[in-house]
Amino acid sequence: MTAGQLPRWVDYGLIPLLNLAAAFLVSGLVVVLIGENPLDAVRLLVWGSLGYGEGIGFTLFYATNFIFTGLAVAVAFHAGLFNIGGEGQAYLGGLGVALACLALDRYVPWYVTLPFAILGSAAMGAAWAFIPAWLQATRGSHVVITTIMFNFIASSLMVYLLNNALKKPGSMQPETRTFEVGGRLPFLNDIFPAAGFGYAPVNLSLFIALAACFLVWLVIWRTRLGFEIRSFGANATAAIYAGISPVRTIVITMLMSGGLAGMMAINEIMGSQHRLLIDFVTGYGFVGIAVALMGRAHPVGIILASVLFGMLYQGGAELSFEMPNITRDMIIVIQGLVILFAGALEHMFRPAIIRLFTPSQRLTAREA
Amino acid sequence: MNDTPAIKLRKINKSFGPVHANRDIDLVVKKGSIHGIIGENGAGKSTLMSILYGFYQADTGDIIVNGNKVTIPDSKAAITLGIGMVHQHFMLVDNFSVLENVILGAEDSQRLAGGINRARGELRRLEEEYELRVDPDALIQDLPVGLQQRVEILKALYRSAEVLILDEPTGVLTPAEADHLFKILEVLRSEGKTILLITHKLREIMAITDTVSVMRRGEMVATRKTAETSMEELAELMVGRSVLLRVDKKPAEPAAPVMEVENLTVTDSRGVVVVKDVSFSVRAGEIVGIAGVSGNGQSELLETLAGIRRATSGTLRINGETIDLGTSSLDAADMRAKSMAHVPEDRHRMGLINSFSEYENSILGYHRDPAYSKGPLLDLAAIRKNAVAEIEKYDIRPPNPMLRTANFSGGNQQKIVLAREIERDPDVLLVGQPTRGVDIGAIEFIHKRLVEMRDAGKGVLLVSVELDEIRALSDRVLVMFDGKIVGERGSDADEGELGLLMAGVEDERNLLEGAAQ
Amino acid sequence: MYEMYYTLILILDSTVRLSTPLLLACLAGLYSERAGVVDIGLEGKMLGAAFGAGAVGYLTADAWAGLLAGIAVSVGLGLIHGFASITNRGNQIVSGVAINFLAMGLTALLGQTWFRQGGKTPALPEGGRFRDITFPFAEELRDVPVIGPLYSELLSGHNILVYLAFLAVPLTWWVLFRTRFGLRLRAVGENPAAVDTAGISVTWLRYRAVIACGVLCGFAGSYLSIAQSSGFIKDMTAGKGFIALAALIFAKWKPANAMFACLLFGFLDAVAIRLQGQSIPGIGEIPVQFFQALPYILTVILLAGFIGRAIPPKAAGIPYLKERS
Repeated sequence: MTAGQLPRWVDYGLIPLLNLAAAFLVSGLVVVLIGENPLDAVRLLVWGSLGYGEGIGFTLFYATNFIFTGLAVAVAFHAGLFNIGGEGQAYLGGLGVALACLALDRYVPWYVTLPFAILGSAAMGAAWAFIPAWLQATRGSHVVITTIMFNFIASSLMVYLLNNALKKPGSMQPETRTFEVGGRLPFLNDIFPAAGFGYAPVNLSLFIALAACFLVWLVIWRTRLGFEIRSFGANATAAIYAGISPVRTIVITMLMSGGLAGMMAINEIMGSQHRLLIDFVTGYGFVGIAVALMGRAHPVGIILASVLFGMLYQGGAELSFEMPNITRDMIIVIQGLVILFAGALEHMFRPAIIRLFTPSQRLTAREA
Repeated sequence: MNDTPAIKLRKINKSFGPVHANRDIDLVVKKGSIHGIIGENGAGKSTLMSILYGFYQADTGDIIVNGNKVTIPDSKAAITLGIGMVHQHFMLVDNFSVLENVILGAEDSQRLAGGINRARGELRRLEEEYELRVDPDALIQDLPVGLQQRVEILKALYRSAEVLILDEPTGVLTPAEADHLFKILEVLRSEGKTILLITHKLREIMAITDTVSVMRRGEMVATRKTAETSMEELAELMVGRSVLLRVDKKPAEPAAPVMEVENLTVTDSRGVVVVKDVSFSVRAGEIVGIAGVSGNGQSELLETLAGIRRATSGTLRINGETIDLGTSSLDAADMRAKSMAHVPEDRHRMGLINSFSEYENSILGYHRDPAYSKGPLLDLAAIRKNAVAEIEKYDIRPPNPMLRTANFSGGNQQKIVLAREIERDPDVLLVGQPTRGVDIGAIEFIHKRLVEMRDAGKGVLLVSVELDEIRALSDRVLVMFDGKIVGERGSDADEGELGLLMAGVEDERNLLEGAAQ
Repeated sequence: MYEMYYTLILILDSTVRLSTPLLLACLAGLYSERAGVVDIGLEGKMLGAAFGAGAVGYLTADAWAGLLAGIAVSVGLGLIHGFASITNRGNQIVSGVAINFLAMGLTALLGQTWFRQGGKTPALPEGGRFRDITFPFAEELRDVPVIGPLYSELLSGHNILVYLAFLAVPLTWWVLFRTRFGLRLRAVGENPAAVDTAGISVTWLRYRAVIACGVLCGFAGSYLSIAQSSGFIKDMTAGKGFIALAALIFAKWKPANAMFACLLFGFLDAVAIRLQGQSIPGIGEIPVQFFQALPYILTVILLAGFIGRAIPPKAAGIPYLKERS
């Protein structure tokens, strides 16, 4: 069952599609279980997410978040690392964005603030990935466990900071003051009114996300660093033989991964909320795992998977409005099923498909 | 003792995907005998034994044990039939005691106490009967390899095995441990046990077996009484034609040393000193061979020189530059920068990334070379062009740089590694087991390349556990035993003499007496 | 002086209550990981069990029926994990993440569909909840100095699941180190090939470990909804499954250590609740978030190797595949 036994289009096309179909099939059964018509639900979901300008705008807004967290998980995958700390890294990224915006928003226009916000979010996200990376590289502490721990530590830290240091004076809400225009990214609706995105918060971050996709592709597949990362991920012993430093590779990869996760906060904080608030990440970091798995850790796949999850988020919101029985929790169920079928059960259909594609072998076995 | 064979195999076939590992195998093993099965790596010996032990199921064919046709769906069935196996890689739980390992799967009852007590008594009995002494309460991880193997044998005997399969049992043993193992096997035979010995070493077959069967490329090609055959005949049967490992080469014309190693000591991650105060040099224009039984520090020596492993102390002088290996933190990339190339012992684990394309593998370790870069990016066109040139020059098949290296045969994979390392024109080439798992045609090709390197005035350090290979290629032979270099001989070194050195015997007469009895 | 003693007893009393679900989940993880199946889905299984127990406890007004339902849900989720990671040799981390999502989504979704209280289950009727057990003479002895509070407050007055949780510690030790099942379980987590060649099915053994894990997670989740509180609340595990996972690492995969680790983490929680908004003389107010983060910080420090070394079972996380010669 090694890779390469099947044509590439089966490996990268057919099997992921089958896995996805299985996940949606089971999701349909859940819809039936709660007494609704799954086909109606799909129709509502698709219409709600793609049927009109504002719906598309929301879909793209969510997709922007998923692109960042999906890329974060994917980059780590290439080095054989499993970063499930995207949640905490994105949370800290929010701190970076907020600090940049709070410092500058009253004095400069948004395009001056933006580079600092990008830098701040990436630096904070990377910093939050650094300790797990360092411990993995030098002490062998498994990055999966330490990043989980760091998610919880991040949560406590941010609640503390928002309740004490960052809170708007005189307010009871654990959140910062709202940024002035110098700390707000333009909405796409204001740039392209013709698109009719309406009140959808999709903003300039979408292009930053797409640029990040291109950069990740370039780094992973076209640079020496990417070669080293992929070598290390595919065969760590061979990488050491090739003079690739494990410590350096692990740390750099995790810094990139954490930085990408942190950049998610640009979309959410500078692009939409315009203030730093409690729990703004709400699972986007974890969904990044599903996105990276579905997208096979390739930027193009990640964009497609992100749009799909964006549709689920936006369409799901519409759906719960039309069919109150199907709450937004349904989306979480679907995410779970996608992770299960596209990730943990990714090999389920392989043996059957291999049998389908190699009939000649069966014949020789029978002859013998 | 009746004449019913202990084991009889009829027309056994087994395929893994496209690989036909066993083809129409017939085998008859006499009760109370030591039956050797010999063949090259990949000849299908281990697969056949795994079928007999229920680890794999044959696609077709019959297994007859003590005259009864049986099916062996799993190891449990094999154990019930009185078949025990000592695997090449021990099947022991490292942090369990000897007792716990022995009773695992044969515990008597739900509660452990009874089984443990019975096992303790039984072990004492086996200890006396077969001279298999080992502390029942010791943890496996604290035992030397030889004793771990003894535990494996005890496991089988505890399950009342009548047939014992040993898969390459001496690969990890020192010569003394191997001798001891053979003594144990003889005792077992005298007690009426049947032994199947899998090996690729002719010497062992001649020394201990009663009968020998030869496998080649998944087929059983011959069975002989050991007394009526010779090493030469067996070797020929193993490879399918007469093998005289002789490489055409001119006498060496060594010049000044290109690499000098002084007082090198290496400690491994478990804290064991594996290379002990080793000094030697390699001159330009010579091949220096390091002979030795596997596990005597050669691998660690090679890896340390290649920059993969840290030394405890010692110096390396290469091209006139002196490096303190004990304090420097040079890695493999730094060593390559000093014009030292390295063909590693295990190409799957180390030399290649099998999920990568051939062209990507063709720059592994040299990916920072400016020749393959265009600004910050990799110059894919240049890399592929270079890969195509190497494929042509080394006759690598199929000639497709885009193919994953996993899809090349062993010989072609080794050529990919060799091409990569030689074509950078290094001053020193470190080579480990260059022809392991490689077909005959490729072996000749690889040997020729190594001699060409030498003739071009480079220094080659060759590590191989195949004594024939060492003798055919080397201009000087160093013998390693227990981490030390115990002797140096010229290119005309006598095989027997090298063998004695490899066995760690300094007083040769003692050994000759020991061998005679 | 006496007041301080009494306060300490009260903190320890709530330590026991808060440690119980952690301990049950931690021992659950111990069975699974000792057999080589990494389980970050403890959280999801607990949540599923809490929902199952809350729902059935409400419908039947029988706490034991609720417990059984909780166990059934948890074992069901465990079997999904087993199917993915044992049968299909999938990535165990990914599978665990999926289980957590599934449980989070399904409990809220079905809770809303069935009970229409925003994902909650209705308050349990009489009999649907495990009552606290009062030991003989607990009331009479209450006023005896020193021993009185210790007996009446700390030892007496917990529900049956608390006592079962602490009994599960020696039981787990006994199973692991004194029975055939335990020997094989530990072996399969270290070297599955050794188990296979000894004629034991690796698959079935690991499935049994996963089921044992499910049963204990079932207890842990049920404790939350039908013993500690009176009904299921959305996301009521609130990370307890991950604290249990941290405790398991902290305990270096050993039963007695697991108890101490869970008591420590429960104690931190109890202290945090007690100290909320209060300032300690000389130190000032310690933010409650510090106590919340402390279990994770301690675990990271342990993982970093500064307090001993946490070495997981050797085969943990690696699917077993017979090697091709």
